[in-house]
Amino acid sequence: MNRGGSAPDLFLPGARLAARGRVRGMLALAAWVGLLALAAIRLDRIVATLRGGAVDEWLALLTLAGGLVAAWRLGQGGDGPAGDARESQWSVAWRAFRRHRPALLGLALVALLAAMALLTPYLAPFDPAQQGTDIVATRFQGPTLTHPMGTDRFGRDVFSRVLYGGRISLLIGFLAVAIAITLGSVVGSVAGYARGWVDAASMRVVDMLLSFPRLVLLITVVALIEPSILIITIVLGLTGWMGTSRVVRGEVLSVREREYVVAARALGFGRSRILFRHIMPNVVSPIIVAATLGIGNTILAEAALSFLGLGVPPPAPSWGGMVAAGRDVMLDAWWITLFPGLAIVLTVMSFNLIGDGLRDALDPRTIVGTDS
Amino acid sequence: MTLLFVLLHLAPGDPTAAFFNPNVSPEVIEQMRRNFGLDRPLHEQYVRWLGSFLTGDFGYSFSQFRPVTAVLADALPNTLLLGGVSLALIFVLGCAVGIVQAIRQYSALDHSLTFAALFIYSMPGFWLGLMLILLVSSSVVPDGARLPISGMQSLDYDALGLGGRITDRARHLVLPTIALGIASAAAVARYMRGSMLEVIGQDYIRTARAKGLGERRVVLVHALRNALIPVVSLLGLFLPILFGGAVVIEVVFSWPGMGRLMHDAILARDYPVVLAGSFLFAALVIAGNLVADLLYAVVDPRIRYE
Repeated sequence: MNRGGSAPDLFLPGARLAARGRVRGMLALAAWVGLLALAAIRLDRIVATLRGGAVDEWLALLTLAGGLVAAWRLGQGGDGPAGDARESQWSVAWRAFRRHRPALLGLALVALLAAMALLTPYLAPFDPAQQGTDIVATRFQGPTLTHPMGTDRFGRDVFSRVLYGGRISLLIGFLAVAIAITLGSVVGSVAGYARGWVDAASMRVVDMLLSFPRLVLLITVVALIEPSILIITIVLGLTGWMGTSRVVRGEVLSVREREYVVAARALGFGRSRILFRHIMPNVVSPIIVAATLGIGNTILAEAALSFLGLGVPPPAPSWGGMVAAGRDVMLDAWWITLFPGLAIVLTVMSFNLIGDGLRDALDPRTIVGTDS
Repeated sequence: MTLLFVLLHLAPGDPTAAFFNPNVSPEVIEQMRRNFGLDRPLHEQYVRWLGSFLTGDFGYSFSQFRPVTAVLADALPNTLLLGGVSLALIFVLGCAVGIVQAIRQYSALDHSLTFAALFIYSMPGFWLGLMLILLVSSSVVPDGARLPISGMQSLDYDALGLGGRITDRARHLVLPTIALGIASAAAVARYMRGSMLEVIGQDYIRTARAKGLGERRVVLVHALRNALIPVVSLLGLFLPILFGGAVVIEVVFSWPGMGRLMHDAILARDYPVVLAGSFLFAALVIAGNLVADLLYAVVDPRIRYE
């Protein structure tokens, strides 16, 4: 390695850091080389995108460019700007989070998964819906170099379908959790702030909904309405908010009695101002943790629905649906069932790793002695 | 429940559509709709349904041609059996692993078990079930150890003696129980580890050690009881997850329980079964919560119910 000049940093960002054994350098280098290699292999598709492509192809191109810039910047220089003297709550939490190795692993995995989802149009070797030219010869092929995860009963490439299915799963996961978190925060904060009968009534509703197994509720509702990706997302969002609302209510109940809230009330501020400016910022941490852990659960619930044939409707690939499709031929073509399932496990685990790390990092009680 | 009723009836599709075939004249179908009361206005159906529901009459299953009560009565014990055995697995295995981890905190064993628990916790139950089926059907497993992968009993069940029947049923239970329970067991292990560590750090444990008691006795007698308190409260939390999981697992392993019944009933638009089924699930969860509260008082004598 050339340690002296800036040449390696210019062309192989992170190489010097990596040579010194810094994980950050290795990551930057790996991302840089990987993205460049991808761009080189898929040059034809990139050219096709520039000549006019679909929205998701432009998104992939943007991700590619953005990823290269990010990798280059990550690989430059030393340890970043010196610490700001005024430390915000977030930089304290970030430092605690960085000490949490498994959580960092989860963050890296989620970044990788998100990049893969965005880059899918360039990454996927085949069209997920494209059937083999000669269906008898191309179906049920085991994993090979051309088809790293084999082919399914229609000769479609399982790897490409896992990639495209991942986009749907992640999209549903994020959107449904966004709905659930918003609803949960609103109900929880209003109940906690208003107290009295509002609180009692809404918490009874929460108790009632929680006593229905979520999956039973889901399959009942979904079976009645023709499932589509939008419907699934909304229904998952509407059945996932109860836990958040309980946590938020508890926090708001305790925060609303603090001195600064009492002071704000004494100053005659309006209720909504107190709730949104003074209380909500202080209950954000549990909401973030609930959201991260919620994404994993939502993806699992979506997969179970799709497995039962009540989720993402068939032509679109979905991990749960793929597992179900491979079920009948599992003993002869195990790859159809195995790989989508592994994709689910990996994704859910990454979000759970981050969620655990965040919980430790954002909880002031655990900041001091960070337990691995 | 009311919400479910309205949703179910607003849904497109008519249960009588299942009987639609050229040999059945429209008059017969009309007759059937009248018999089931489907021709009446919705609010009247609702009042009649609510009235009979409260008196314990759940109606008549459209798809099985039997009273719903009979249909549920067939399925319920099977789900309770599967759920009960899974619950035992969840708490016994979860607590055991959690205790081992707490005693050997920060050891390689602790770290690998923590990671394994996280991995298992992130697994979809239906996929784990299928992988287990794949495993027992593969050449890795010797023929003698092949476990049954579907149903509740072998074909020759009726010919078996009592002992044979119990073994047969137990063998059929193994795989569904693992698939249903192991993820929650991983969660229990996590809580147990944390709870145990907290208890072990307390003064009275040091006292017990100072008295010269064996480590085994200290952990299993003195510490365990207090460490169990927060874990017992998980029971109520796990029931909905357990019953929700039962739907999928029963479908995977063709277990003739409530979950599979619900699944089939939904696909057949068999409203009375779906309504009564979700009601029964909710009732089971509430009953389970009551049991959890009572157990809470058993493990924690400070709690008294008037």
